[in-house]
Amino acid sequence: MTAQLHVGFIPLVDAAALIVAVDKGFTAAEGLDVTLVREVSWSNIRDKLNIGMFDAAHLLAPVAIASSLGIGHVKLPIAAPFNLGINGNAITVSPALHAAIMAELDGDRFDPMATAKALARVVASRRKSGAEPLTFAMTFPFSTHNYHFRFWMAAGGVDPDEDVRMVVLPPPFMAETLASGQIDAFCVGAPWNSIAVDRGVGHILHFVADILVRAAEKVLAVRQSWAERHPDTVAALVRAAERGADFVEHNRAETARILAQPERIGVDAEVIQRTLDGRLKISPDGTIRESGRYLLVGREGAARPEPVQAAWLYAQMVRWGQTSMSAEALKTAMAVFRPDLYDAALGRGGAAAASSPGPFGAFAGPVFDPADVAGYLGSFAVPRQTR
Amino acid sequence: MGADTTPKIVIVDESPIRAAILQEGLREAGFTEVVHISEMQSLLARIYALDPDIIVIDLENPSRDSLEQMFQVSRAVRRPIAMFVDQSDAASIQASVDAGVSAYIVDGLKKERIKSIVDLCVSRFNAFAKLQDELDRTKNALEERKVIDRAKGILMKLKGLTEEEAYVLMRSTAMREKKKIGEIAQSILTASELLK
Repeated sequence: MTAQLHVGFIPLVDAAALIVAVDKGFTAAEGLDVTLVREVSWSNIRDKLNIGMFDAAHLLAPVAIASSLGIGHVKLPIAAPFNLGINGNAITVSPALHAAIMAELDGDRFDPMATAKALARVVASRRKSGAEPLTFAMTFPFSTHNYHFRFWMAAGGVDPDEDVRMVVLPPPFMAETLASGQIDAFCVGAPWNSIAVDRGVGHILHFVADILVRAAEKVLAVRQSWAERHPDTVAALVRAAERGADFVEHNRAETARILAQPERIGVDAEVIQRTLDGRLKISPDGTIRESGRYLLVGREGAARPEPVQAAWLYAQMVRWGQTSMSAEALKTAMAVFRPDLYDAALGRGGAAAASSPGPFGAFAGPVFDPADVAGYLGSFAVPRQTR
Repeated sequence: MGADTTPKIVIVDESPIRAAILQEGLREAGFTEVVHISEMQSLLARIYALDPDIIVIDLENPSRDSLEQMFQVSRAVRRPIAMFVDQSDAASIQASVDAGVSAYIVDGLKKERIKSIVDLCVSRFNAFAKLQDELDRTKNALEERKVIDRAKGILMKLKGLTEEEAYVLMRSTAMREKKKIGEIAQSILTASELLK
């Protein structure tokens, strides 16, 4: 019997495994009749998943956790049996801020500690001269973009809640708003950084892989209750997404063409392929920077959900005051990421399941240990832990 | 806001017609303090300045995510909460998402009052969708009529038929091929373009 599913997504390159799985017929081959629904906001995706208009969705990993904990919104337990992307975000700054940071830079411009310290000096001198605080845009209060941005600037001594303004903007508005001078920088996924660079209004300052070597980004999310009622459908969806993720890594040009379709992402295939190749134009003058870790979809075990990543994201929510620390909530957060469902769907277990994905490789702070989140958070100077 | 005063409502919608329909409905129901924001640039700044009790936003609006941030800004004096936070009324949540509207409410409003406002928004949004639908259908019907008339003209000229005969020929062809008469007319136009 064919299962009919409605699956929501936001037009971003890290929806690639899902879009390819549907458009290449991998879901149909699994007996799934999937209708992909393009959405305009994460709020809509969350609410439509909540009330059952969507059976599954491309979702920000932190939203899956916040929903499961009932932080900031209705409590809705989510299961994430598949990780749609590792890394993939970048920080883009206006030409003026780029020049200011470069003028204060003491060290390598791709070293996030050097740029964060330079940013702190820019912030201090602006304050002294009575200039308006810098405004930084990201995509959602519960987003990797928010946490990556904060993690970076705080390492240089900039308090994101006191020293700058943090605002939320829809990704398609980022380049335009940067050009108009209403914001000074943004952190967003592909292809929106490249679009700002191509328009000559921004410089890509950092790939998120500079800040964290391995950061879970988007997940394939389903309601936990739905996953319990439809285990075979979940398994079929995971298998189709796994084929999609594998296809993305081995057929980048075709993937880029599929994603470029107007009803998918709707931007030039060439811009999309830069992200898949990790070969990006970072300045309007045409400077190219390459990274083997820009966006991981179907390689280095990126698709297998790692509960330790959920723990790190939960720790960020605590660090920035979105919730307070609780051992039980930490456990719930980690249980959102479901490697067991992933392994079961693909008939794996034992050795594969036991293999460790390796550390986050954060450029600052101690090694993250989910068994000691409080100790980890206590080691950061910004913000001072008051709870 | 006191219990007796009229709550201040902000409508965030890029469609001026839908916003007008909603605004009118709210005014009729006695809500006189209604402000419409159609410009998404500096949306948050305007909302902070207006300090509304209720914010209504259409679900096609990407700026909904920007509004959600207002829950999180710790220094904001008044924090709006999403209507969805109250899970007691699943049917009204469903109705609101179906209609394509979402509401954010600042603490302090009575529950019955909120429900009546949200219900009103839902019914006005649905009324607008119906209107839009009718408009689209009328437009399509008009377009189709034009195509049929042009196809009729071509048949009359090429085959020396009367207007009535040309129409009957298209209709019987449509019935035989199980197609709409508009489609047959369109293929006549296409063919005549090609054969020019």
